[in-house]
Amino acid sequence: MLQKRLALKRAVFDRGKEKVFFTLPLRNFNQTLGIAYEKTAAEVSCWRNIILQNQKAEQMVFPLNQESSGPKRVEQVVAGWKVQTPLEQEIFRLLHINSQPVADPVLTPVEEQSLKAMSLEEAKIRRAELQKARALQSYYEAKAKREKKIKSKKYHKVQKKAKCKDFLKQFDEMVKTNPEGALEELKKMELSRMEERMSLKHQNSGKWAKSKAIMAKYDDSARKAMQEQLQMNKDLTQKIVVPSDDEHESNEEGLETVPDFVNDSEPVIDSVNPWMRGQLTHEEPEVSCVTTEDVQTAEEENEEEELVGEFERKRKLRQVSDKEEEEEEEEDDDEEEEDVSEFNTLFRLMRSEKTLEGSNPTREGLNTPGQEDEDGLLNEGQVRVRNIEDLEVLGEVVDPQPIAEPSLPQTAAVEATSEPPNKKKREIDLKEVLTKEAKAVKVPFLPTVVDEEERDEQISIIKEAFAGDDVISDFIKDKSKREAAGRPEVVDLTLPGWGEWGGVGLKPPRWKRKRFRIKAAPPPPRQDQKLPDVIISENRNASVAAHQVSQLPFPFQNTAQFESSIRTPIGPTWNTQSVVKNMTKPKVITKMGAIIEPMVKEHFIKNKTTTPGGKGPAIMLGENKRAKEGAKRSSEKHRGRRSQKRRK
Amino acid sequence: MKVKVLCRNPDDYVRETTRDIQRVPRNYDPTLHPFEVPREYTRALNATKLERVFAKPFVASLDGHRDGISCITKHAKSLSTVISGACDGEVKLWNLPKQECLRTVQAHEGFVRGICSRFCGTSFFTVGDDKTIKQWNLEAPGYGVREEPINTILGKAVFTGIDHHQRESTFVTCGQTVDIWDEQRSSPIRSFSWGVDSFSCVRYNPVETELLASCASDRSIVLYDTRESAPLRKVVMQLRSNTLCWNPMEAYYFTCANEDYNLYTYDIRHLDVPVTVHMDHVSAVLDVDYSPTGREFVSASFDKTIRIFPKDKGHSREVYHTKRMQHVICVRWSADNKYVLSGSDEMNIRLWKANASEKLGLLSTREKAAAHYNKKLIEKFQHHPQVRRIARHRHLPGDILKQKREQREMKEARRRREQNVRKHSKPGSVPLLTEKEKHVVAVVE
Repeated sequence: MLQKRLALKRAVFDRGKEKVFFTLPLRNFNQTLGIAYEKTAAEVSCWRNIILQNQKAEQMVFPLNQESSGPKRVEQVVAGWKVQTPLEQEIFRLLHINSQPVADPVLTPVEEQSLKAMSLEEAKIRRAELQKARALQSYYEAKAKREKKIKSKKYHKVQKKAKCKDFLKQFDEMVKTNPEGALEELKKMELSRMEERMSLKHQNSGKWAKSKAIMAKYDDSARKAMQEQLQMNKDLTQKIVVPSDDEHESNEEGLETVPDFVNDSEPVIDSVNPWMRGQLTHEEPEVSCVTTEDVQTAEEENEEEELVGEFERKRKLRQVSDKEEEEEEEEDDDEEEEDVSEFNTLFRLMRSEKTLEGSNPTREGLNTPGQEDEDGLLNEGQVRVRNIEDLEVLGEVVDPQPIAEPSLPQTAAVEATSEPPNKKKREIDLKEVLTKEAKAVKVPFLPTVVDEEERDEQISIIKEAFAGDDVISDFIKDKSKREAAGRPEVVDLTLPGWGEWGGVGLKPPRWKRKRFRIKAAPPPPRQDQKLPDVIISENRNASVAAHQVSQLPFPFQNTAQFESSIRTPIGPTWNTQSVVKNMTKPKVITKMGAIIEPMVKEHFIKNKTTTPGGKGPAIMLGENKRAKEGAKRSSEKHRGRRSQKRRK
Repeated sequence: MKVKVLCRNPDDYVRETTRDIQRVPRNYDPTLHPFEVPREYTRALNATKLERVFAKPFVASLDGHRDGISCITKHAKSLSTVISGACDGEVKLWNLPKQECLRTVQAHEGFVRGICSRFCGTSFFTVGDDKTIKQWNLEAPGYGVREEPINTILGKAVFTGIDHHQRESTFVTCGQTVDIWDEQRSSPIRSFSWGVDSFSCVRYNPVETELLASCASDRSIVLYDTRESAPLRKVVMQLRSNTLCWNPMEAYYFTCANEDYNLYTYDIRHLDVPVTVHMDHVSAVLDVDYSPTGREFVSASFDKTIRIFPKDKGHSREVYHTKRMQHVICVRWSADNKYVLSGSDEMNIRLWKANASEKLGLLSTREKAAAHYNKKLIEKFQHHPQVRRIARHRHLPGDILKQKREQREMKEARRRREQNVRKHSKPGSVPLLTEKEKHVVAVVE
């Protein structure tokens, strides 16, 4: 209590720093009131995050704290059970002494506390971490599996060598930094050397080696492999600490162990030169082989690196192509990748074209008048709506603007494609006749069905059908006419007889023509200017305009945004079931017959439950302070406003 | 020669068992389903029309009271039970699914001013014009046993409202003062007063359960904290607020129903300007209640209509009225967010659907999916003029329409006048006030 009063006093003092501090009781009372209000405001604003979160949430499910529908424990189900027998009583007394739960024997107080200790957010973070770790682990596992599966021996060999090199490097470092560890490693190596010496590995005595030995006569690579085996043996059995003498010996040994007939084989298979075949024991190739190995070590290392890089690259390539394939699988498995990608790009192009066409009318219709009512307002009237016919009639009653414009004869073929309400019958249009075949050339929709010959045939048929009327020149004429009509005319304001002699057959002088013939500024370029086989009508279509949005709706910032929001279909005709389900999920879900209780503070704000009586951890205090500052700021602002009001 | 053969993989068309659903192959290639936007637009238009055609919000009327309904309250634990009090002191318990009166209690002499049910759903409290608070058992007494209250407290002045704490056994009443009572005691634990005015409504905050708000007859709304000894703050508005309701999901918002035909949503941390002004009624607003999801609220007005407002929109999304419904005095939103109850002057309680065109009862999965899809379509195309026009169309009785027109004219005239005054006075001397700022007179600490 005393502390509280002290704190209060301090707060009051702080506030009163700029002014003189009055000790009048009334004033004091008001001050405390203000403080109490600020305290409550700060306390209440701990809900801010939750409220914001709920407002932004895509979907809310009410009631909020639903119990899990899974099976319950027996203790929870059997609630009204009482202790009866003396044995039970004794047991329960024991439980009591050890502060075990009795009435609802599911969790001990300690357990409950530990459960409450982790808030939802913490738990989420922790879970995310665990998930990440698990994912990483699985990635590594998958990688290891994949690498294990690779059949290429070369790859493994290279890998092993790379590892070995790495190890050596590390070992060198270890010698400097951690001599004990290095010693241990050395011991390990020694052990492995002993094992190698004991075993028959790499001794060219196995099945494989024998078969190779036979092959070696004719095959250079087999020979090389055997050599490598021996080399490996030599390397492994090499003493590490004293490397000088053994090497030579073992080398010689290795050479000796190679069977003699191996040397008889033909090192260079030259089909062109038959004389070379007859050669018997030949030292050179062997020597060269060994020497190359010795000399080329450095090069080999480079090669290894390159190889590793190449493997990586290949794998990545394969992965990418795999991905593409997966994407395309639904559409067509059999087509080759290139085809597929081509198909995709075409697809995208087409869609974008279509959407552009679709978006044109909305842009056109931007100048519709009659936006007097606000968004939220209901259109209240005395008309009762009972069926769909009434709704149709409703338009005529409510809509004040059936705008009749004296417009040019509408063709608007392109617009018509994107607007269904415009159900005017169309004549045979050049666009339909010609562009279809062009599309057929571009898009391999039915590559197996339509052959070149057939297409030619089609073209010829079309040509035959339209042999009489010259469609193309008609079209060009039509287009030029429209262009001419769209161009502004020169306004002639010359008055004959003013400032000159008048009479029949007199032309106005040049200065007059120059001055009084007014040329209007050229109109903006036509949309179909660069499209030779299209006419885009830029006139507004009144029948379509009734269905078009005339103003950019509120949350959108530009037309592109709005159009994109309209463009994506959400129906099951265009999307898979799961996508539809996801896109059409309602914002609020309520359970039938369930009472939706108001929020309970303990469920949502953890800190509050652990701080009874206003004492709290440092973090909470900090928050409070901030909130208080905010409140102060706002209250200052308000004070200013209020003072204005009072002045009034 | 290469022979092309049609070959099909049986996995694509053979079911695993005969009980499986038949597989319907579907190609989502967009070229096969052209005109997405126009087709969806047509669907949206149809959905909107059907929504309007099926908008039949009125469910039932509960008659039986012999005077105007003055207050309604929901049962805390049961969705099907509702308690209503009338102006002749009668209290009735209703069973909603059967649409019948379960029990009638002559609770008070004079008006029943307020009812609230206890959080546990075992009893309810009533206050009346006879200066008493009575606690009643929710279970009917046995046959031949007289209806008698569990507990009766005689107060000093008339009580005009009552509300119960969400979890504890305390309740609050208002009248000359705002009193907090313990159920076990016959005198209030604490009394708050600020000036000498009477209060018309008091409500506990359902989330921050220590907070209280009340509407006073001196045009003010007063905030209290039960842990403090004095009220926290007071907002004085231009006209009196009749009732208020806290948002059950957002702790610091409440909405008050005002005599000036508007409703105001306040943030208790910034009381000097309301967050939103909700306008549409053409007469004094008498009652307001939030939906249990906290997204919308319903208001009852003297102009014989009920309106449903989204909590952050300035205008209503729905208006309900019937020929026979007179001044609506009280309104409640059911705890499952499905229905709205209204009590009016002509002795009837009416049950409305909260969502006018919603189909009641169990829906099959396909029905549900179709409903969701239609709703989303309407939302997607809501800015298109035809869709908007149809979706917004509501029928209103002629006199309300006339009043509305009249008020619009008055408002326009007032605005014009203010503009003229501003034009002919020293720049800055007539400040430009927004609609929100206009209605608050002062905030008193």
